[in-house]
Amino acid sequence: MTAFILRRSLQSLIVLFVMSLLVFSGVNLVGDPVDMLINPESDQAEIERVIRDLGLDRPVSEQYWFFLVNAFKGELGRSFIFGEPALKLIIQRMPATMELALFSLLLAVVFGIPLGIYAGLKPEARVSRTIMAGSILGFSMPTFWVGILLIMFFSVYLGWLPSTGRGETATYLGITSSIFTLDGLAHLFLPAFNLALFKLSSVIRLARAGTREIILQDYIKFARAKGVREGRIIQVHLLKNIMIPIVTVIGLEFGSLIAFSTVTETVFAWPGMGKLIIDSIYNLDRPVIVAYLMIIVLIFVTLNLVVDILYSFLDPRVRIRGAK
Amino acid sequence: MKFLRLFLIMLAGCAFSLAASAEELRVGLKSEPSSIDPHYHNLGPNNGFARHIFSSLVSTDENQQHLPDLAVSWKPVNDTTWEFKLRKGVKWHDGSTFTADDVLFTVERAQNVPNSPSSFVTYLKGKTFTKVDDYTIHVKTAEPYPLMPNDMSTVRIVSSKAAKGASTEDYNSGKAAIGTGPYKFVEWVPGDRVVIERNDNYFGKKAAFDKVTFKPIKAGPARISALLAGDVDFIDSVPPLDVARLKKDSKVELSSGPSNRVIYLHMDQYRPDSPHVHAKGGGKIKNPLMDVRVRRAISHAINRDAIVARVMEGIAVPAGQLLPDGFHGVSKKMKPVKYDPDLAKKLMAEAGYGDGFKMVIHGPNDRYINDAKIAEALAQMLTRVGIDASVETMPKAVYFKRASRGGKDGSPEFSFMVLGWGAGSGEASSPLKALLHTFDKDKGMGAANRGRHSDAKVDGLIQKALATVDADDRGKYLAEATEIAVGENYGVIPLHYQVNTWASKKGYKYQPRTDEFTLIMGLGKN
Repeated sequence: MTAFILRRSLQSLIVLFVMSLLVFSGVNLVGDPVDMLINPESDQAEIERVIRDLGLDRPVSEQYWFFLVNAFKGELGRSFIFGEPALKLIIQRMPATMELALFSLLLAVVFGIPLGIYAGLKPEARVSRTIMAGSILGFSMPTFWVGILLIMFFSVYLGWLPSTGRGETATYLGITSSIFTLDGLAHLFLPAFNLALFKLSSVIRLARAGTREIILQDYIKFARAKGVREGRIIQVHLLKNIMIPIVTVIGLEFGSLIAFSTVTETVFAWPGMGKLIIDSIYNLDRPVIVAYLMIIVLIFVTLNLVVDILYSFLDPRVRIRGAK
Repeated sequence: MKFLRLFLIMLAGCAFSLAASAEELRVGLKSEPSSIDPHYHNLGPNNGFARHIFSSLVSTDENQQHLPDLAVSWKPVNDTTWEFKLRKGVKWHDGSTFTADDVLFTVERAQNVPNSPSSFVTYLKGKTFTKVDDYTIHVKTAEPYPLMPNDMSTVRIVSSKAAKGASTEDYNSGKAAIGTGPYKFVEWVPGDRVVIERNDNYFGKKAAFDKVTFKPIKAGPARISALLAGDVDFIDSVPPLDVARLKKDSKVELSSGPSNRVIYLHMDQYRPDSPHVHAKGGGKIKNPLMDVRVRRAISHAINRDAIVARVMEGIAVPAGQLLPDGFHGVSKKMKPVKYDPDLAKKLMAEAGYGDGFKMVIHGPNDRYINDAKIAEALAQMLTRVGIDASVETMPKAVYFKRASRGGKDGSPEFSFMVLGWGAGSGEASSPLKALLHTFDKDKGMGAANRGRHSDAKVDGLIQKALATVDADDRGKYLAEATEIAVGENYGVIPLHYQVNTWASKKGYKYQPRTDEFTLIMGLGKN
């Protein structure tokens, strides 16, 4: 067992290393941050000073070596723009993105499962057809456009919900979040819905497909023949079984939800890490781009590692196969 | 019971008076500052924001004309010394008194901020500051230096007491963010908001709002909908596409005015074999852009009115030189070059390019208003006079490096470029020095001269102007330099001046600024 964990950890480290190499060289191929940073009125001497100060006059290999040495110390460089540690900037903005991602996940599940089950139980009903047509729209409409549309309708036309930014936050049990205040929730709803739309559509489709399949199984028929109430059949027999693929997909795609949040965060001026990475890419703030990508890679690698270890506990065959 | 009712009435009264007196403003900004430290990053959003909290020796009005600020007067006492008389009785936000020592401390600090991605050294180097008494300062330079007030308007004065040993982080947290401006710093949550409040001890006109919250909203449509939804009261950078529609909206007030930014063309004028210019068949030719007749032909081939009307939605002004009328050092003689495709063809034939040639127009697609569309319109117009022009645009993050240093030995990579220049100093020496003076690293001239235009007479006039303290004479030299460099040499081809638009909810009106800053001091009630 220990050997397995060690081996998998080592593999994860190699993945991290290779990714850092790819990300670092990729980022260094594009443009020159100096042109983004410097005041156009500066003369040649000042331009050269900035290039020197930021270490951009060194060969890329040397810059990479510095990056690696610092990364081992837990430092991922300083933002060119803000002059603060890149890691600090990202961690500052992480809670806003996490609450957005989690809340939209919640929306997707709370609305997606009942709608999907309904569409699965009564596939011919007009409501079901509307739900399914809606889910196709949810898949295919660009997030940016939908976001603007939501703002135009709910904020500008109806005036119900705020159009921009994060609302008031409160701290509860050591967690600072906008879900604890009414104002915060009002600000959260539109962007979370915008972000959830894609996921909502896939949950609806999964729930419907699962329902259609399971509803024909013998154990459902048997339960019905036995005279079990319809409500109980749905709650116990159906729901439990369709949840397996849904939970898997949700779990696997939580990362993509964070990645997708870049667009939503830009439209709604949500102060999360998605907005930070977009701004950083526009301004070629290389240390932040590299740090952000490394953190995302680290999250994915860690998740995979944990899953693999858990699997190996549950299913010894994974260990044996892996050892060969 | 009676008592309770009375109490409630009193409470309601209090709440009412609070609501009546506490005036709060919410602002949607396209770009947020990257720091509260006024010396950390010399860039538009930072410099504009810093003006709310910090004063400088010299202030500028909406047309970039000089006004007294912490200095009540300034004058050259001899050829190489300027004297600044400082304002007495000014209090810092922490209650301490402003003196000449703060100025000396500031010029030292502004040149030595660690990690600064663009410093204020440009405005301070070569100047020696000395304190004559607590309220008089002398600044010495090696040569006569007329732009002293312009330079002094760019550097924000910080408190020697509060900023002693303070890092940029100390400003961002608010610890060192002590100024003398009309507003006091309250808090900054990067990416979310910057909050300031009224400084009741301000020496100038008292601020109109008790509290102002700036929110960064990068996307144009999002900024406009935030205003329409009432989530913010005031926004900057209204995209031209929305101006016509907002004009009809009875809840919105628009304010727009020309900026100091000219959109112009740089043309390769130093390489006989220019990388992106070819003969029609694709073979090599001698670089036609080196011939002034070809450059003049190109200028005549461009229909500036059509670009302004169709590409810019009418939100721009056709340009004949480097700065709009009214700025110091512009020529009164120069008008936008006339659209005349026949003359253009004739000039091309005269220069020996009657059959035309092939060329790539390079431009950014996320830097200036409708920049990519401008490049496309240009290509169509040039094709009509025989120049087969194709367009290649790219994000500014990629573009500027290639345009400045992307070629062999750090030379400019492109042959024909769409660019813009905002005259930060508010007078004509800024674009002349950077764009049209011969590229000279040692003198710090021509830093943005991507066409490498070079003319000894123009260089001489620019240098003469930069060493002439008398404003009228200097203006004459600058105008003359412009007439030769742009009017005769076609060293660059001006297209149009950008017009900036701000929008507020009804009841407020913004005084548009040529320097593109969004300053709450310029927002009034009507």
